[in-house]
Amino acid sequence: MSSVLEDRSTIEPQHIDGEPERVRRIRAQAAGRFNALGWPTTRLEEWKYTSLTPLTNIAWKTDQRDPHLNVEGSPASLAKSAIAELTFVNGRLARNLASAANQHPSIRVTTMREAMSSEVFARHFATYADYERHALTAMNTALWQDGAYIEIFPVTPVEGFIHLLFIGEGSAASHPRNLIVAGHGSQITVIETYVGSGTYFTNTVTEIVAGQGAVVDHYKFENESLEAFHIGTVQIHQERSSSVTSRTIAIGGGLVRNEINVALTGEGASLSLEGLFVLSGKQHVDNHTVIDHVAPHCDSLELFKGILDENARGIFDGRIIVEPDAVKTSSRQTNRNLLLSETAVVDSKPSLEIHNDDVKCNHGSTIGQLDEEALFYLRARGIGEEDARNLLVYAFASEIVERMKIDVVRENAGRALFSRMPARLPERRGEPR
Amino acid sequence: MLDIKDLHAGIDGKEILKGLTLHVGVGEVHAIMGPNGSGKSTLANVLAGRPKYVATSGTVTYEGKDLLALPAEERAREGVFLAMQYPVEIPGVNNIYFLKAALNSIRKHQGLEELDAMEFLQLAREKMKLVELDEAFMNRSVNEGFSGGEKKRNEIFQMAVLDPKLAILDETDSGLDIDALRIVAEGVNALASEKHSVLVITHYQRLLRYLVPDFVHVLADGKIVKSGGKELAEELEQKGYEWVEREVASSNTEEVAAAP
Repeated sequence: MSSVLEDRSTIEPQHIDGEPERVRRIRAQAAGRFNALGWPTTRLEEWKYTSLTPLTNIAWKTDQRDPHLNVEGSPASLAKSAIAELTFVNGRLARNLASAANQHPSIRVTTMREAMSSEVFARHFATYADYERHALTAMNTALWQDGAYIEIFPVTPVEGFIHLLFIGEGSAASHPRNLIVAGHGSQITVIETYVGSGTYFTNTVTEIVAGQGAVVDHYKFENESLEAFHIGTVQIHQERSSSVTSRTIAIGGGLVRNEINVALTGEGASLSLEGLFVLSGKQHVDNHTVIDHVAPHCDSLELFKGILDENARGIFDGRIIVEPDAVKTSSRQTNRNLLLSETAVVDSKPSLEIHNDDVKCNHGSTIGQLDEEALFYLRARGIGEEDARNLLVYAFASEIVERMKIDVVRENAGRALFSRMPARLPERRGEPR
Repeated sequence: MLDIKDLHAGIDGKEILKGLTLHVGVGEVHAIMGPNGSGKSTLANVLAGRPKYVATSGTVTYEGKDLLALPAEERAREGVFLAMQYPVEIPGVNNIYFLKAALNSIRKHQGLEELDAMEFLQLAREKMKLVELDEAFMNRSVNEGFSGGEKKRNEIFQMAVLDPKLAILDETDSGLDIDALRIVAEGVNALASEKHSVLVITHYQRLLRYLVPDFVHVLADGKIVKSGGKELAEELEQKGYEWVEREVASSNTEEVAAAP
C-alpha cells in the first residue's frame, strides 16, 4: 500500500493510464477544489450535525494490491439472482459477472476504466455530481480508481436487476465511482451493496441519468462494518416523464453520511425517494437529501424512517426546492423516527423552498417511542413482550421493506434488519403476514 | 374460576377500586354495570394486566393461581381474554399474522400442537362468519382504518379464535348499532358454555337484551354495591344509577350514625 492521503488536508489527482483528456482535466480541477474547500466542518450548515474529525484523524492508505479475485465467498453476493454482478474490493474490480448480460445488444455493464473513452461516458461523467462545492464529491472525482458503468440503450426494458457489490477492508480508503445511464424509454433496476470488515473508509459517488420516459429503480444497501466510515452521494438527473425510485437502507457503518440529490429537469418526471436507517450502539448516520424541482408538472414523494436504539445518532436533513418555472409541482416529504432508548438521538430537519405559487407541497416529521398501547394489546393476546416489541419495530420498518419489489432484496433487507435489531427477532418462518 | 377478594387498585397513585369482591364460577355469565367513573374499566384493566394499573391490596385468584403475579401475556396464555374498550390500531402488523402468532403462543403454553397456516386459516374463516367480518379485513393491519363497529367485531372475532376460559368485555357494546350489538352478543353466546365464563362490563343495559347474564352486579365508587339476577339490569334501566347511589348513600349514613 502506498499513501495518498498522508498529508490529510490536501490531495493530488490520481490519474489512470489511458485516461481521456476530459477526465484528466476534471480530476485536476476536483483536486484543486478539494484543496480549496478542505474537509467539511460542523461550522457548515449542511454538516452541523456530523463531525468528520474521527475520519480525518486517520492517515488513510489506498489499497494498490491486485484485488482478490476470490470473492465468491462474500455472503453479500446476489450473483444467483442478478442478471449481472460486479464486485469491487477497496474500489478496484475483483470479480466481473456481466458477460451474460452483455450478450444483450442493448445492455452495457462494465467498469468505469473500460467505459471512460466512450462518447456517452464523456457526455455524462461528472456532469451532475457537484465537485465544485461538495468537498467529498471533489475528493472522489479526483481520486476514483474504478467503479461500475451501466448503460441501457433506448427503449430497452431490462428484466431483473444488476448488482454492484463494494467490499471494504484493511484500513484502506477507496473512492468508488459509478455511472448509470438509462436511455429514453428504457427500464433498469440497479442495486448497490456496501459491506466490509474492520476499519476502512468508503467515499462513493454514483451518478444516475434517467432519460426521457425511462424507469429506474435504484437501491443502495449500506451495511458497512460497524467500525467503517462511509460517505456516499447518489446524484440523480431526471429527464422528461422519467420515473425513478430510490431506496436507501442504512444499517451499517460507524460514521455514515448518505447524500441523495435529485434534479427533476424534464416535465412530468416523477420520483419516489425512500430511506430507512436502523441504528444501535454508537452508530452515527446522517441522511441528507435534496430534491430540486426544476421543470413543471413533476411529482416527488419522499419517505425516510429511522429506528434508533442505545446511543445511536441519526439525522434526516431533507430539502425540497421548487424553482420558479416548476409550476404544478406536487411534493410530499415525510420523516418518521422511532427511538427505542432514552439515549438515542435523532435530528429531523425537513425543509421546503418554494419559488412559485402554483404547487402542492407538504412536509412533516415525527419522533416517537414504541406505542405502549399497541405493546399491551399484543401482550394481552398472549404474545411475549420481546416478540411484541420486535413485531412493532419491524412493523414500523415494513412500510419501506415491503415495497421492495425484488424478492431476494426484500428478504435480504428484512434479514439484515433483524440481525441489526438489538433485541433479535425470531426468524420469520415464511408465514403470511 | 375467578375469585376477587377485597381488591384495592388504581392508577398513578389514585385509588379507584376500593375493596371489590366478586366470585365468578365456571360457565357463568356476569354483568358488571355502573355509572362512569365507578371503576368498571379499572377492573377490566387490572384483570388483564395493563401496565400502570396497580393493585395495592386484596387478591385475585384465577383457577387457583395468583393472577396479579402474572404478566399480561401469561394471563392470556392461561385463558384470560380482554375485549378492549378502545382497540388500538397497529399499522404494519397484519391481522392474520398477529392472530396466528397469538393463538400459537397460547396453544404452545397449554401444551397443544401449534396450528400451521392452512389449519389456522380454516379456523379463522369459520370464526369470521360468526362475526360477519369480511375476509378482506384479515389481510389489513390490525384495526387500521376500521370503523368503531368493525374494531369491536374484530375483538369478538379474536375472542372466538383464541377461545378463552374467561372473557372480559370492557364496554364492547358502547357505540354499537343494533346489528353490531346482535353480532357481539351472538359471539359471546357462542363462547359461553359449561367451561367458559364471561364478565360483561357495561354502562347500558342494551347488550343484556341479547345476552342473558346469570348475575348482575352494580359497581359504584370502586365497590360492588348491589348484586342480583338479570332482573336487576331492568330495574337499573328504569330507575337509573341514582337509585342505587341513593340506596348506598343512605346505608352509609346509617353506618356512620351507628358508629359511637
